[in-house]
Amino acid sequence: MANLPTSVREQFPILQRKVNGKPLVYLDSAATTQKPLAVIEAIVRYYSEFNSNVHRGVHQLSQEATEAFEGVRIQLQQHLHAAEAHEIIFTKGTTDSINTVAHGFRSILQPGDEIIVTQLEHHSNLVPWQMLAQHTGATLRYVPMDGRGVLDMKAYADLLSPSTKVVAFNHISNALGTVNPVKEMTVMAHQYGAAVVVDGAQALPHTTVDVQDLDVDFYAGSAHKMYGPTGIGLLYGKTTWLEKLPPYQGGGEMIAEVAMEVSTYAGLPHKFEAGTPNIEAVIGWGAALTWMNRVGVKNIQAHEDALLRYATERLEAIPGVKIYGKAPEKAAVISFNVHGLHPYDVGTLLDQMGIAVRTGQHCTQPIMDEFGIPGTIRASLAAYTTKEDLDALVKGLEKAISLLQ
Amino acid sequence: MSSMADREADILEEFEFFDDWMDKYEHLIALGKELPPMNPLHKTDDNKIKGCQSQVWLYAQTSDAGIQFEADSDAIITRGMVALLLRIVQDQSPEEIAAYGFGFLDDIGLTAHLSPTRANGLLSMVKQIRLYGVAFQAKRG
Repeated sequence: MANLPTSVREQFPILQRKVNGKPLVYLDSAATTQKPLAVIEAIVRYYSEFNSNVHRGVHQLSQEATEAFEGVRIQLQQHLHAAEAHEIIFTKGTTDSINTVAHGFRSILQPGDEIIVTQLEHHSNLVPWQMLAQHTGATLRYVPMDGRGVLDMKAYADLLSPSTKVVAFNHISNALGTVNPVKEMTVMAHQYGAAVVVDGAQALPHTTVDVQDLDVDFYAGSAHKMYGPTGIGLLYGKTTWLEKLPPYQGGGEMIAEVAMEVSTYAGLPHKFEAGTPNIEAVIGWGAALTWMNRVGVKNIQAHEDALLRYATERLEAIPGVKIYGKAPEKAAVISFNVHGLHPYDVGTLLDQMGIAVRTGQHCTQPIMDEFGIPGTIRASLAAYTTKEDLDALVKGLEKAISLLQ
Repeated sequence: MSSMADREADILEEFEFFDDWMDKYEHLIALGKELPPMNPLHKTDDNKIKGCQSQVWLYAQTSDAGIQFEADSDAIITRGMVALLLRIVQDQSPEEIAAYGFGFLDDIGLTAHLSPTRANGLLSMVKQIRLYGVAFQAKRG
């Protein structure tokens, strides 16, 4: 049933370790994926062989580091099918990317303008827009979801108007796994001239993304959710938009000319990359992209889809288990509760059995409020997940239920 | 009335029997179920200690016998932990409570539940218990 060979899993050293005396069953990949040896080795190689600051020195090491660094930008451009490499901005991560855009819109929005977000958003694609609304006097509107966790497209159509200036939503929901119709939502937003900002943090690990085909104006992602290091992410933006937005932070690397009173900004992408970047993480991300493409994103997707169906069937067969998020288009996460049991208790007992799941609100309080629950237990999948991991989850869950009831 | 040290010794003895984690957690869950219900009048938002994962309610009043605590949680394992903590501090003097460190949790392998990363409200509850000790001490002054 699972399509990927076990040799994929064997490339992840951490999956060999034990937790609480039991073999680790890692089902928290939506929080962060584990890293293959190729990524770990690339970081070690960078520090062992060509560590140097980028974009500065004329010396050999700096040249090598800069070439490697800029090479990853081109890898990302190709990975996302962006028109230009300078449309890929390196950030600290998805949250940083969204804040960069939201901050840039401070000089564009006016009172009376509207920002549309959805009920499915992670706090990181919600709070920056709330801050932007507060700062500019713009109004925030919400697209509601239905009981399956699917966005209400009729309500979305009704919310759109000439006042809509920004529409922000995720490609895949981190809490429920819903895959949103990015292309359709983008076409609708563009009819009113609104900019479309997509949080792709959960999509990039699981699916191919073509930003030109989707026609989105901005797309954000994080390396650590796609087998790469933490502390690095990307902001894709169309050239026209990136030129229009003022920089988020000032400092070195992002300027063209500096006088005591005023400076002129550097061109793209450097305008948005103040300060020395996280070079090791960019290098590691490059190795992660190479690794992902060698395994094949479509193969990873098929592997996870098969496992998701299997996990859903097995969990639904356990009395009292309720699954949250039943969108027909769903990816790689399964959120659930057991009737009468608190997710924290279940998660604590699973941890004792070496099973790592996420419990709580998953930074999506509006979703939990809608369902009227304190949180869920979330198992999330990746390329290295196996059927055996899911069998261990089911067995562990049955044990936890018998202890708690 | 038994001293805090005596009560700690009792709990340590109780937990010595368990050689695997399942027995220990079964016991903790049983303690959670046995914890007397909190007076609904005291189970208010004001007395709620919000954790990200589970929540704890804590109320205290003072008498000549010491401080009387009432507490609850929405998660049963957290409730079990609450029951354990209350067993030590119930009816003790404000002075002793203010100075108490809950070190015994280390000996029974449950300190991890007081880790800030657990976000279950217990760490804040421990701080709040001590604050009650300090406050009631000052009140008696």
